[in-house]
Amino acid sequence: MLKIDNLKVAYGGIQALKGISLEVEEGKIVALIGANGAGKSTTLRSIVGLVKPEGGTITYHGEDLSKVDTKDIVKKGITLVPEGRRVFGNLTVVENLKIGAFYRNDKKAIKEDLEWVYSLFPRLQERTWQQAGTLSGGEQQMLAVGRALMSRPKLLMMDEPSLGLAPLITKEIFKIIEEIYKQGVTILLIEQNANLSLKIADKAYVMETGKITLQGSGKELLTNDEVKKAYLGESVHG
Amino acid sequence: MSFELFLQYLTNGISLGSLYALIAIGYTMVYGILRLINFAHGEIFMMSLYFAFYGVTMFSMPWYVSFVMAIIFTAALGMLVERAAYRPLRDSPRITVMVSAIGASFFMQNLGIVIFGGRPKAFPNISLLTDVIKIGTVTLQRLTLIIPVVTIVLLFGLLHLVNKTKTGMAMRAVSKDHETARLMGVDVNRTITITFGIGSILAAIGGIMWGSRFPQIQPVMGLMPGLKCFIAAVIGGIGNITGAVIGGFILGIGEIMIIAFLPDLTGYRDAFAFVLLIVILLFKPTGIMGEKISEKV
Repeated sequence: MLKIDNLKVAYGGIQALKGISLEVEEGKIVALIGANGAGKSTTLRSIVGLVKPEGGTITYHGEDLSKVDTKDIVKKGITLVPEGRRVFGNLTVVENLKIGAFYRNDKKAIKEDLEWVYSLFPRLQERTWQQAGTLSGGEQQMLAVGRALMSRPKLLMMDEPSLGLAPLITKEIFKIIEEIYKQGVTILLIEQNANLSLKIADKAYVMETGKITLQGSGKELLTNDEVKKAYLGESVHG
Repeated sequence: MSFELFLQYLTNGISLGSLYALIAIGYTMVYGILRLINFAHGEIFMMSLYFAFYGVTMFSMPWYVSFVMAIIFTAALGMLVERAAYRPLRDSPRITVMVSAIGASFFMQNLGIVIFGGRPKAFPNISLLTDVIKIGTVTLQRLTLIIPVVTIVLLFGLLHLVNKTKTGMAMRAVSKDHETARLMGVDVNRTITITFGIGSILAAIGGIMWGSRFPQIQPVMGLMPGLKCFIAAVIGGIGNITGAVIGGFILGIGEIMIIAFLPDLTGYRDAFAFVLLIVILLFKPTGIMGEKISEKV
Protein backbone atom coordinates (compact mmCIF):
# COMPACT_ATOMS: atom_id res chain seq x y z
CA MET A 1 0.00 0.00 0.00
CA LEU A 2 2.64 2.49 1.12
CA LYS A 3 6.29 2.09 0.35
CA ILE A 4 9.11 4.30 1.52
CA ASP A 5 12.47 3.83 -0.08
CA ASN A 6 15.73 5.39 1.11
CA LEU A 7 13.96 8.52 2.42
CA LYS A 8 16.27 11.34 3.44
CA VAL A 9 15.19 14.53 5.18
CA ALA A 10 17.30 17.37 6.51
CA TYR A 11 16.32 20.39 8.58
CA GLY A 12 18.78 23.20 8.08
CA GLY A 13 21.80 20.96 7.74
CA ILE A 14 20.75 18.46 10.39
CA GLN A 15 20.04 15.06 8.91
CA ALA A 16 16.77 13.95 10.48
CA LEU A 17 16.28 10.90 8.25
CA LYS A 18 19.36 9.21 6.85
CA GLY A 19 17.75 7.00 4.26
CA ILE A 20 15.00 4.88 5.72
CA SER A 21 12.94 2.25 3.95
CA LEU A 22 9.74 0.73 5.16
CA GLU A 23 6.54 -0.76 3.90
CA VAL A 24 2.97 -0.66 5.10
CA GLU A 25 0.80 -3.48 3.85
CA GLU A 26 -2.90 -2.99 3.40
CA GLY A 27 -5.02 -4.08 6.33
CA LYS A 28 -2.17 -4.18 8.82
CA ILE A 29 -1.13 -2.23 11.88
CA VAL A 30 2.44 -1.04 11.58
CA ALA A 31 4.23 0.56 14.51
CA LEU A 32 7.24 2.84 14.58
CA ILE A 33 9.03 2.96 17.88
CA GLY A 34 12.13 4.76 19.01
CA ALA A 35 13.40 7.50 21.27
CA ASN A 36 12.68 11.18 20.94
CA GLY A 37 14.42 12.68 17.94
CA ALA A 38 14.79 9.36 16.14
CA GLY A 39 12.84 10.72 13.17
CA LYS A 40 9.48 9.03 13.64
CA SER A 41 7.39 12.20 13.37
CA THR A 42 9.50 13.39 10.46
CA THR A 43 8.69 10.15 8.65
CA LEU A 44 4.96 10.66 9.02
CA ARG A 45 5.21 14.35 8.18
CA SER A 46 7.08 13.48 4.99
CA ILE A 47 4.37 11.05 3.95
CA VAL A 48 1.68 13.75 4.13
CA GLY A 49 3.91 16.32 2.47
CA LEU A 50 4.41 18.66 5.41
CA VAL A 51 8.14 18.05 5.09
CA LYS A 52 9.90 18.02 1.74
CA PRO A 53 12.38 15.16 1.52
CA GLU A 54 15.77 15.73 -0.06
CA GLY A 55 16.01 12.22 -1.38
CA GLY A 56 14.28 8.89 -1.68
CA THR A 57 10.74 8.03 -2.69
CA ILE A 58 7.36 7.63 -1.07
CA THR A 59 4.88 5.67 -3.16
CA TYR A 60 1.27 4.99 -2.35
CA HIS A 61 -0.51 2.38 -4.42
CA GLY A 62 2.29 2.81 -6.94
CA GLU A 63 1.91 6.59 -7.14
CA ASP A 64 4.75 8.94 -6.23
CA LEU A 65 3.60 11.27 -3.44
CA SER A 66 6.52 13.68 -3.53
CA LYS A 67 4.82 16.11 -5.91
CA VAL A 68 1.40 15.92 -4.28
CA ASP A 69 0.30 18.74 -1.99
CA THR A 70 -0.75 17.96 1.58
CA LYS A 71 -4.36 18.98 0.99
CA ASP A 72 -4.60 16.50 -1.90
CA ILE A 73 -2.95 13.63 -0.05
CA VAL A 74 -5.88 13.45 2.35
CA LYS A 75 -8.16 12.99 -0.67
CA LYS A 76 -6.16 9.91 -1.61
CA GLY A 77 -7.04 8.35 1.72
CA ILE A 78 -4.04 9.11 3.92
CA THR A 79 -4.73 10.96 7.16
CA LEU A 80 -2.42 11.98 9.96
CA VAL A 81 -3.50 12.47 13.55
CA PRO A 82 -0.79 14.93 14.46
CA GLU A 83 1.32 14.87 17.58
CA GLY A 84 -0.22 16.92 20.37
CA ARG A 85 -3.72 16.43 18.89
CA ARG A 86 -3.91 19.91 17.33
CA VAL A 87 -7.68 20.15 17.48
CA PHE A 88 -9.12 23.50 16.44
CA GLY A 89 -9.82 24.95 19.87
CA ASN A 90 -11.90 27.79 18.44
CA LEU A 91 -14.26 25.41 16.65
CA THR A 92 -16.97 23.32 18.25
CA VAL A 93 -16.59 19.57 18.55
CA VAL A 94 -18.97 18.93 15.66
CA GLU A 95 -17.19 21.52 13.50
CA ASN A 96 -13.88 19.82 14.21
CA LEU A 97 -15.39 16.57 13.01
CA LYS A 98 -16.93 18.19 9.95
CA ILE A 99 -13.69 19.82 8.95
CA GLY A 100 -12.17 16.34 8.94
CA ALA A 101 -14.53 15.66 6.03
CA PHE A 102 -13.69 18.97 4.38
CA TYR A 103 -12.91 17.63 0.91
CA ARG A 104 -16.01 15.46 0.78
CA ASN A 105 -19.32 16.60 -0.65
CA ASP A 106 -21.43 13.54 0.05
CA LYS A 107 -23.57 15.07 2.79
CA LYS A 108 -25.51 11.94 3.57
CA ALA A 109 -22.43 9.77 3.98
CA ILE A 110 -20.78 12.47 6.10
CA LYS A 111 -23.77 12.37 8.42
CA GLU A 112 -23.50 8.60 8.69
CA ASP A 113 -19.82 8.84 9.46
CA LEU A 114 -20.54 11.44 12.10
CA GLU A 115 -22.91 8.97 13.74
CA TRP A 116 -20.24 6.29 13.49
CA VAL A 117 -17.62 8.50 15.15
CA TYR A 118 -20.10 9.38 17.88
CA SER A 119 -20.75 5.70 18.45
CA LEU A 120 -17.01 5.10 18.81
CA PHE A 121 -16.63 8.10 21.13
CA PRO A 122 -19.91 8.71 22.99
CA ARG A 123 -18.10 11.36 25.03
CA LEU A 124 -17.79 13.52 21.94
CA GLN A 125 -21.50 13.40 21.32
CA GLU A 126 -22.16 14.73 24.80
CA ARG A 127 -19.90 17.65 23.98
CA THR A 128 -21.10 18.31 20.42
CA TRP A 129 -21.59 22.06 20.81
CA GLN A 130 -18.69 22.71 23.11
CA GLN A 131 -15.60 24.51 21.86
CA ALA A 132 -12.87 21.95 21.37
CA GLY A 133 -10.46 24.05 23.42
CA THR A 134 -12.51 23.36 26.53
CA LEU A 135 -12.14 19.57 26.28
CA SER A 136 -9.80 17.53 28.46
CA GLY A 137 -6.64 16.09 26.93
CA GLY A 138 -8.17 12.64 26.50
CA GLU A 139 -11.29 14.05 24.90
CA GLN A 140 -9.16 16.14 22.57
CA GLN A 141 -7.28 13.02 21.52
CA MET A 142 -10.56 11.26 20.83
CA LEU A 143 -11.64 14.27 18.82
CA ALA A 144 -8.39 14.26 16.84
CA VAL A 145 -8.87 10.58 16.00
CA GLY A 146 -12.55 11.10 15.21
CA ARG A 147 -11.72 14.07 13.01
CA ALA A 148 -9.23 11.97 11.08
CA LEU A 149 -11.79 9.21 10.61
CA MET A 150 -14.21 11.70 9.07
CA SER A 151 -12.03 11.82 5.97
CA ARG A 152 -12.68 8.08 5.48
CA PRO A 153 -9.00 7.21 5.51
CA LYS A 154 -7.63 4.05 4.01
CA LEU A 155 -4.36 4.65 5.82
CA LEU A 156 -4.63 6.24 9.25
CA MET A 157 -1.37 7.49 10.73
CA MET A 158 -1.15 8.42 14.38
CA ASP A 159 1.64 10.32 16.04
CA GLU A 160 1.85 9.57 19.75
CA PRO A 161 -1.84 9.17 20.48
CA SER A 162 -1.16 8.41 24.14
CA LEU A 163 1.08 11.41 24.80
CA GLY A 164 0.22 13.02 28.11
CA LEU A 165 -2.81 10.84 28.74
CA ALA A 166 -3.72 8.90 31.85
CA PRO A 167 -3.13 5.13 31.49
CA LEU A 168 -6.84 4.38 31.58
CA ILE A 169 -7.56 6.77 28.72
CA THR A 170 -4.59 5.43 26.78
CA LYS A 171 -6.12 1.98 27.08
CA GLU A 172 -9.42 3.31 25.81
CA ILE A 173 -7.74 4.97 22.82
CA PHE A 174 -5.93 1.75 21.97
CA LYS A 175 -9.17 -0.18 22.13
CA ILE A 176 -10.60 2.23 19.59
CA ILE A 177 -7.51 1.87 17.39
CA GLU A 178 -8.08 -1.88 17.26
CA GLU A 179 -11.75 -1.28 16.54
CA ILE A 180 -10.87 1.00 13.62
CA TYR A 181 -8.39 -1.57 12.37
CA LYS A 182 -11.07 -4.24 12.42
CA GLN A 183 -13.16 -2.03 10.15
CA GLY A 184 -10.47 -2.44 7.52
CA VAL A 185 -8.42 0.73 8.00
CA THR A 186 -4.68 0.31 7.71
CA ILE A 187 -2.81 1.91 10.58
CA LEU A 188 0.68 3.37 10.89
CA LEU A 189 1.36 4.20 14.48
CA ILE A 190 4.07 6.04 16.37
CA GLU A 191 4.04 5.35 20.04
CA GLN A 192 6.25 6.01 23.02
CA ASN A 193 4.47 3.22 24.81
CA ALA A 194 6.34 0.46 22.98
CA ASN A 195 4.74 -2.27 25.01
CA LEU A 196 1.21 -1.32 24.01
CA SER A 197 1.96 -0.67 20.38
CA LEU A 198 4.03 -3.82 19.80
CA LYS A 199 1.22 -5.89 21.23
CA ILE A 200 -1.22 -4.76 18.58
CA ALA A 201 1.23 -4.29 15.69
CA ASP A 202 1.49 -6.78 12.84
CA LYS A 203 4.80 -5.27 11.91
CA ALA A 204 7.10 -2.87 13.71
CA TYR A 205 10.18 -0.83 12.97
CA VAL A 206 12.64 0.50 15.52
CA MET A 207 14.18 3.84 14.68
CA GLU A 208 17.33 5.38 16.07
CA THR A 209 18.81 8.73 15.06
CA GLY A 210 17.31 8.79 11.60
CA LYS A 211 17.81 5.15 10.74
CA ILE A 212 15.83 1.97 11.04
CA THR A 213 17.81 -0.37 13.21
CA LEU A 214 15.43 -3.25 13.69
CA GLN A 215 12.28 -4.61 12.16
CA GLY A 216 10.02 -7.56 12.61
CA SER A 217 6.59 -8.58 13.71
CA GLY A 218 5.26 -7.00 16.88
CA LYS A 219 5.66 -10.28 18.76
CA GLU A 220 9.26 -10.75 17.65
CA LEU A 221 10.25 -7.32 18.79
CA LEU A 222 8.45 -7.73 22.11
CA THR A 223 10.80 -10.57 22.90
CA ASN A 224 13.87 -9.01 21.36
CA ASP A 225 16.51 -8.36 24.00
CA GLU A 226 17.64 -5.03 22.64
CA VAL A 227 14.10 -3.74 22.41
CA LYS A 228 13.36 -4.99 25.89
CA LYS A 229 16.35 -3.17 27.28
CA ALA A 230 15.89 0.09 25.43
CA TYR A 231 12.14 0.51 25.14
CA LEU A 232 10.29 -1.84 27.41
CA GLY A 233 12.19 -0.91 30.52
CA GLU A 234 12.96 -4.49 31.45
CA SER A 235 16.39 -5.45 32.58
CA VAL A 236 17.78 -8.40 30.71
CA HIS A 237 19.91 -10.75 32.70
CA GLY A 238 22.38 -13.31 31.55
CA MET B 1 -26.75 72.10 23.25
CA SER B 2 -30.24 71.41 22.02
CA PHE B 3 -31.45 67.86 21.76
CA GLU B 4 -31.88 68.24 18.00
CA LEU B 5 -28.31 69.31 17.60
CA PHE B 6 -27.18 66.41 19.72
CA LEU B 7 -29.13 64.00 17.52
CA GLN B 8 -27.54 65.61 14.49
CA TYR B 9 -24.07 64.98 15.90
CA LEU B 10 -24.98 61.48 17.01
CA THR B 11 -26.20 60.43 13.56
CA ASN B 12 -23.05 61.87 12.05
CA GLY B 13 -20.99 59.97 14.59
CA ILE B 14 -22.80 56.71 13.91
CA SER B 15 -22.37 57.21 10.21
CA LEU B 16 -18.64 57.93 10.48
CA GLY B 17 -18.30 55.03 12.91
CA SER B 18 -19.96 52.71 10.39
CA LEU B 19 -17.40 53.67 7.77
CA TYR B 20 -14.57 53.03 10.21
CA ALA B 21 -16.20 49.71 11.07
CA LEU B 22 -16.26 48.54 7.45
CA ILE B 23 -12.58 49.24 6.98
CA ALA B 24 -11.64 47.89 10.41
CA ILE B 25 -13.14 44.51 9.55
CA GLY B 26 -10.51 44.11 6.82
CA TYR B 27 -7.70 44.64 9.32
CA THR B 28 -9.15 42.29 11.84
CA MET B 29 -9.86 39.47 9.36
CA VAL B 30 -6.39 39.53 7.88
CA TYR B 31 -4.87 39.69 11.34
CA GLY B 32 -7.03 36.77 12.40
CA ILE B 33 -5.87 34.53 9.60
CA LEU B 34 -2.24 35.61 9.08
CA ARG B 35 -1.36 37.42 12.33
CA LEU B 36 -0.40 40.26 10.01
CA ILE B 37 -1.29 43.92 10.23
CA ASN B 38 -2.08 44.67 6.61
CA PHE B 39 -0.72 48.19 6.37
CA ALA B 40 -1.70 48.30 2.72
CA HIS B 41 -5.38 48.14 3.65
CA GLY B 42 -5.72 51.94 3.79
CA GLU B 43 -4.35 52.15 0.26
CA ILE B 44 -6.76 49.47 -0.93
CA PHE B 45 -9.49 51.70 0.46
CA MET B 46 -8.01 54.70 -1.37
CA MET B 47 -7.79 52.78 -4.64
CA SER B 48 -11.47 51.83 -4.45
CA LEU B 49 -12.36 55.53 -4.53
CA TYR B 50 -10.28 56.10 -7.63
CA PHE B 51 -11.74 53.04 -9.34
CA ALA B 52 -15.22 54.41 -8.70
CA PHE B 53 -14.14 57.93 -9.69
CA TYR B 54 -12.69 56.89 -13.04
CA GLY B 55 -15.59 54.56 -13.75
CA VAL B 56 -17.94 57.52 -13.64
CA THR B 57 -15.75 60.33 -15.01
CA MET B 58 -13.52 58.65 -17.56
CA PHE B 59 -15.64 55.73 -18.73
CA SER B 60 -18.89 57.56 -18.10
CA MET B 61 -20.56 54.48 -16.72
CA PRO B 62 -23.72 54.93 -14.67
CA TRP B 63 -22.71 55.33 -11.03
CA TYR B 64 -24.16 52.00 -9.90
CA VAL B 65 -22.26 50.10 -12.60
CA SER B 66 -19.13 52.01 -11.79
CA PHE B 67 -19.48 51.30 -8.07
CA VAL B 68 -19.95 47.57 -8.66
CA MET B 69 -16.92 47.55 -10.96
CA ALA B 70 -14.93 49.44 -8.34
CA ILE B 71 -15.82 46.84 -5.71
CA ILE B 72 -14.74 44.02 -8.04
CA PHE B 73 -11.47 45.73 -8.96
CA THR B 74 -10.72 46.50 -5.33
CA ALA B 75 -11.27 42.87 -4.36
CA ALA B 76 -8.92 41.83 -7.15
CA LEU B 77 -6.34 44.35 -6.00
CA GLY B 78 -6.52 43.14 -2.43
CA MET B 79 -5.99 39.56 -3.55
CA LEU B 80 -3.16 40.65 -5.82
CA VAL B 81 -1.36 42.39 -2.95
CA GLU B 82 -1.63 39.20 -0.91
CA ARG B 83 -0.32 37.13 -3.80
CA ALA B 84 2.58 39.44 -4.59
CA ALA B 85 3.64 40.84 -1.22
CA TYR B 86 2.61 38.30 1.42
CA ARG B 87 2.33 34.81 -0.03
CA PRO B 88 5.98 34.54 -1.08
CA LEU B 89 6.85 35.32 2.55
CA ARG B 90 4.49 32.80 4.10
CA ASP B 91 7.24 30.97 5.94
CA SER B 92 9.23 34.07 6.83
CA PRO B 93 9.26 35.70 10.25
CA ARG B 94 6.28 37.92 10.94
CA ILE B 95 8.37 41.08 10.97
CA THR B 96 9.46 40.44 7.37
CA VAL B 97 5.87 40.25 6.20
CA MET B 98 5.06 43.41 8.11
CA VAL B 99 7.86 45.29 6.38
CA SER B 100 6.51 43.98 3.09
CA ALA B 101 3.07 45.31 4.05
CA ILE B 102 4.50 48.76 4.75
CA GLY B 103 6.27 48.57 1.41
CA ALA B 104 3.06 47.65 -0.40
CA SER B 105 1.35 50.58 1.31
CA PHE B 106 3.98 53.13 0.23
CA PHE B 107 4.13 51.62 -3.22
CA MET B 108 0.42 52.06 -3.86
CA GLN B 109 0.38 55.51 -2.36
CA ASN B 110 3.15 56.68 -4.66
CA LEU B 111 1.79 54.78 -7.60
CA GLY B 112 -1.42 56.71 -6.99
CA ILE B 113 0.44 60.01 -7.05
CA VAL B 114 2.14 59.07 -10.32
CA ILE B 115 -0.95 57.75 -12.08
CA PHE B 116 -3.78 59.83 -10.61
CA GLY B 117 -1.79 62.96 -9.78
CA GLY B 118 -1.38 64.42 -6.32
CA ARG B 119 -4.03 67.09 -6.71
CA PRO B 120 -7.34 66.26 -5.00
CA LYS B 121 -10.22 65.27 -7.23
CA ALA B 122 -13.94 65.70 -6.67
CA PHE B 123 -15.74 62.42 -6.14
CA PRO B 124 -18.90 62.19 -8.26
CA ASN B 125 -21.97 63.44 -6.49
CA ILE B 126 -24.79 60.89 -6.54
CA SER B 127 -27.89 62.84 -5.58
CA LEU B 128 -29.76 59.68 -4.63
CA LEU B 129 -27.21 59.26 -1.85
CA THR B 130 -26.35 62.80 -0.94
CA ASP B 131 -29.73 64.53 -0.99
CA VAL B 132 -30.56 66.27 2.23
CA ILE B 133 -33.64 65.03 4.00
CA LYS B 134 -35.38 66.24 7.11
CA ILE B 135 -36.54 63.93 9.86
CA GLY B 136 -38.38 65.98 12.43
CA THR B 137 -36.02 68.81 13.11
CA VAL B 138 -32.90 66.91 12.16
CA THR B 139 -31.56 67.56 8.68
CA LEU B 140 -29.16 65.09 7.23
CA GLN B 141 -27.94 63.52 4.04
CA ARG B 142 -29.72 60.38 3.03
CA LEU B 143 -26.31 58.71 3.12
CA THR B 144 -26.04 59.29 6.85
CA LEU B 145 -28.85 56.81 7.31
CA ILE B 146 -27.83 54.46 4.52
CA ILE B 147 -24.29 53.93 5.78
CA PRO B 148 -25.12 52.37 9.17
CA VAL B 149 -27.81 50.17 7.62
CA VAL B 150 -25.40 48.90 4.96
CA THR B 151 -22.74 48.29 7.61
CA ILE B 152 -25.04 46.32 9.88
CA VAL B 153 -26.39 44.23 7.00
CA LEU B 154 -22.85 43.47 5.84
CA LEU B 155 -21.80 42.62 9.38
CA PHE B 156 -24.57 40.08 9.78
CA GLY B 157 -23.88 38.66 6.34
CA LEU B 158 -20.22 38.31 7.21
CA LEU B 159 -20.90 36.73 10.59
CA HIS B 160 -23.14 34.23 8.87
CA LEU B 161 -20.42 33.45 6.34
CA VAL B 162 -17.74 33.02 8.99
CA ASN B 163 -19.80 31.04 11.49
CA LYS B 164 -22.20 29.01 9.39
CA THR B 165 -20.60 28.15 6.06
CA LYS B 166 -17.91 25.70 5.06
CA THR B 167 -15.70 28.50 3.79
CA GLY B 168 -16.08 30.30 7.10
CA MET B 169 -15.19 27.15 8.98
CA ALA B 170 -12.05 26.83 6.87
CA MET B 171 -11.21 30.46 7.65
CA ARG B 172 -11.54 29.90 11.38
CA ALA B 173 -9.52 26.69 11.18
CA VAL B 174 -6.74 28.36 9.18
CA SER B 175 -6.69 31.25 11.65
CA LYS B 176 -5.95 28.71 14.39
CA ASP B 177 -3.48 26.39 12.71
CA HIS B 178 -2.37 26.50 9.07
CA GLU B 179 -0.62 23.16 9.09
CA THR B 180 -3.44 21.15 10.61
CA ALA B 181 -5.92 22.86 8.29
CA ARG B 182 -3.86 21.57 5.37
CA LEU B 183 -3.94 18.10 6.88
CA MET B 184 -7.74 18.32 6.76
CA GLY B 185 -7.62 18.99 3.04
CA VAL B 186 -8.25 22.72 3.39
CA ASP B 187 -6.67 24.84 0.67
CA VAL B 188 -4.96 27.35 2.95
CA ASN B 189 -3.82 29.72 0.21
CA ARG B 190 -7.26 29.84 -1.30
CA THR B 191 -8.81 30.53 2.09
CA ILE B 192 -6.39 33.39 2.69
CA THR B 193 -7.13 34.80 -0.77
CA ILE B 194 -10.85 34.75 -0.01
CA THR B 195 -10.20 36.55 3.26
CA PHE B 196 -8.32 39.32 1.49
CA GLY B 197 -11.06 39.50 -1.12
CA ILE B 198 -13.78 39.94 1.50
CA GLY B 199 -11.80 42.52 3.46
CA SER B 200 -11.17 44.48 0.26
CA ILE B 201 -14.82 44.34 -0.79
CA LEU B 202 -15.83 45.84 2.55
CA ALA B 203 -13.12 48.49 2.22
CA ALA B 204 -14.44 49.34 -1.25
CA ILE B 205 -18.03 49.65 -0.06
CA GLY B 206 -16.81 51.81 2.81
CA GLY B 207 -14.64 53.78 0.38
CA ILE B 208 -17.46 54.56 -2.01
CA MET B 209 -19.69 55.75 0.80
CA TRP B 210 -16.76 57.70 2.23
CA GLY B 211 -16.25 59.42 -1.10
CA SER B 212 -19.92 60.32 -1.34
CA ARG B 213 -19.83 61.78 2.14
CA PHE B 214 -16.46 63.54 1.97
CA PRO B 215 -16.20 64.08 -1.76
CA GLN B 216 -12.55 64.92 -2.10
CA ILE B 217 -10.13 62.19 -3.03
CA GLN B 218 -6.34 62.10 -3.16
CA PRO B 219 -3.70 59.36 -3.18
CA VAL B 220 -2.61 59.91 0.43
CA MET B 221 -6.14 59.82 1.79
CA GLY B 222 -5.85 56.17 2.80
CA LEU B 223 -3.31 56.86 5.50
CA MET B 224 -5.38 58.45 8.27
CA PRO B 225 -8.54 56.33 7.89
CA GLY B 226 -6.24 53.31 7.60
CA LEU B 227 -4.50 54.08 10.87
CA LYS B 228 -7.73 54.92 12.65
CA CYS B 229 -9.45 51.77 11.49
CA PHE B 230 -6.49 49.72 12.58
CA ILE B 231 -6.89 51.37 15.97
CA ALA B 232 -10.61 50.57 15.87
CA ALA B 233 -9.74 46.92 15.27
CA VAL B 234 -7.32 46.97 18.23
CA ILE B 235 -9.88 48.63 20.50
CA GLY B 236 -12.47 46.01 19.60
CA GLY B 237 -9.98 43.19 20.04
CA ILE B 238 -8.03 42.44 16.92
CA GLY B 239 -9.08 39.21 15.23
CA ASN B 240 -12.69 39.67 16.31
CA ILE B 241 -15.11 40.91 13.62
CA THR B 242 -17.85 42.18 15.92
CA GLY B 243 -15.15 43.83 18.01
CA ALA B 244 -13.86 45.71 14.98
CA VAL B 245 -17.35 47.07 14.32
CA ILE B 246 -17.77 48.13 17.93
CA GLY B 247 -14.32 49.74 17.84
CA GLY B 248 -15.29 51.59 14.67
CA PHE B 249 -18.43 52.96 16.29
CA ILE B 250 -16.60 54.02 19.44
CA LEU B 251 -14.02 55.85 17.38
CA GLY B 252 -16.50 57.52 15.02
CA ILE B 253 -18.96 58.61 17.67
CA GLY B 254 -16.17 59.67 20.05
CA GLU B 255 -14.53 61.79 17.40
CA ILE B 256 -17.73 63.63 16.50
CA MET B 257 -18.70 64.11 20.15
CA ILE B 258 -15.38 65.80 20.84
CA ILE B 259 -16.21 68.28 18.10
CA ALA B 260 -19.71 68.65 19.51
CA PHE B 261 -18.93 69.16 23.16
CA LEU B 262 -15.38 70.49 23.06
CA PRO B 263 -15.29 72.62 19.94
CA ASP B 264 -11.95 74.08 21.04
CA LEU B 265 -10.39 70.66 20.57
CA THR B 266 -11.67 70.19 17.02
CA GLY B 267 -8.14 70.46 15.71
CA TYR B 268 -7.22 67.43 17.80
CA ARG B 269 -9.95 65.16 16.45
CA ASP B 270 -7.42 62.83 14.86
CA ALA B 271 -5.47 62.66 18.10
CA PHE B 272 -8.50 61.20 19.85
CA ALA B 273 -8.01 57.85 18.15
CA PHE B 274 -4.40 57.64 19.20
CA VAL B 275 -5.08 58.66 22.79
CA LEU B 276 -7.75 55.99 22.92
CA LEU B 277 -5.27 53.47 21.51
CA ILE B 278 -2.77 54.26 24.24
CA VAL B 279 -5.42 53.97 26.92
CA ILE B 280 -6.62 50.63 25.58
CA LEU B 281 -3.11 49.25 25.27
CA LEU B 282 -2.41 50.28 28.86
CA PHE B 283 -5.55 48.93 30.46
CA LYS B 284 -6.95 46.22 28.19
CA PRO B 285 -4.40 45.32 25.56
CA THR B 286 -6.53 42.48 24.17
CA GLY B 287 -9.32 44.94 23.35
CA ILE B 288 -12.98 44.82 24.22
CA MET B 289 -13.78 41.45 22.68
CA GLY B 290 -10.28 40.17 22.21
CA GLU B 291 -9.28 36.58 22.62
CA LYS B 292 -6.84 35.68 25.31
CA ILE B 293 -3.35 35.89 23.93
CA SER B 294 -1.71 32.52 24.10
CA GLU B 295 1.64 32.09 22.47
CA LYS B 296 1.79 29.21 20.04
CA VAL B 297 4.22 26.53 21.03
